[in-house]
Amino acid sequence: MAADKLVIGGREFSSRLMVGTGKYATFQQMAQAIELSGAEVVTVAVRRVNILDRSKESLLDHLDLKKYTLLPNTAGCYTADDAVRTCRLAREAGLSDFVKLEVLADEKTLFPDNEELLKAAAILVKEGFTVLPYTTDDPVTCRKLEALGCAAVMPLGAPIGSGLGIRNPSNIRIILETVKVPVIVDAGVGTASDAAIAMELGCHGVLMNTGIAGAGNPLAMAEAMNLAVRAGRLAYLAGRIPRRLYATASSPIDGVIE
Amino acid sequence: MEVQINGEPRTLEPMTVGELLRSLDLDPARLAVERNRDIVPKGEYETTLLAPGDKLEIVRFVGGG
Repeated sequence: MAADKLVIGGREFSSRLMVGTGKYATFQQMAQAIELSGAEVVTVAVRRVNILDRSKESLLDHLDLKKYTLLPNTAGCYTADDAVRTCRLAREAGLSDFVKLEVLADEKTLFPDNEELLKAAAILVKEGFTVLPYTTDDPVTCRKLEALGCAAVMPLGAPIGSGLGIRNPSNIRIILETVKVPVIVDAGVGTASDAAIAMELGCHGVLMNTGIAGAGNPLAMAEAMNLAVRAGRLAYLAGRIPRRLYATASSPIDGVIE
Repeated sequence: MEVQINGEPRTLEPMTVGELLRSLDLDPARLAVERNRDIVPKGEYETTLLAPGDKLEIVRFVGGG
């Protein structure tokens, strides 16, 4: 297992769990949760500086950037144009070309607008970004994103923050057979078993925020997710037994007393 | 001169982006600046002179998923 690395855009990661930095009660809690999760990639949002109130602590004061790779997102963007501008700003602020590209369709579902997503991905890849797009669990869109040069595809398990888990495992399996780039389930994970299911399907990683930050005890859930992703990955690599309708005895049939 | 910073109108003396960031007490290392929809590279803050009507976006990283 030592050599089982996740490679995205030429970078190697030991952890297959990526975590968000939003919704935590305090920066301290966030930092502890990330530490316990074992994640090496952490997502951040890009927002206007409040020029009237600069007293607030900075998120980056609490993240060791030697340890974590920042993955800025384009959350809140509803057009390709806004998403592209946000990515350019993120690259300038963070000096890294990794971006989690999301172009949303509406506030109620936060489902991706795939038409705008593809438009933005094409521009960003040309500009040299390492693009990790958040997409619907649609194999065709994933194939198109890969063809454009995205470094991974990140199909949703369920709507962002919904905790509904992996609602369409069959589509995730088809995506895994369709693309060669890493498949990271992004959004929908509600508890540890959801993360394990994603990994057992053969996904290369899982990205989550609310599942940890919104849990009753975020620190305990961070550790649970760490274990679940590793357990799911190991189980996938181990190869599960086939599902059978009827029993197959575990104990020898011969030698039973009469 | 009148400019817009993060959507808010502001009246400024003629100055560079670098001078503006210092006047706002902002650490340039941790933010990014867009001027009229174009990125101002960090290396050009001191040589980029603001012009009347400029629309600036100054952003940083915050918690997000």
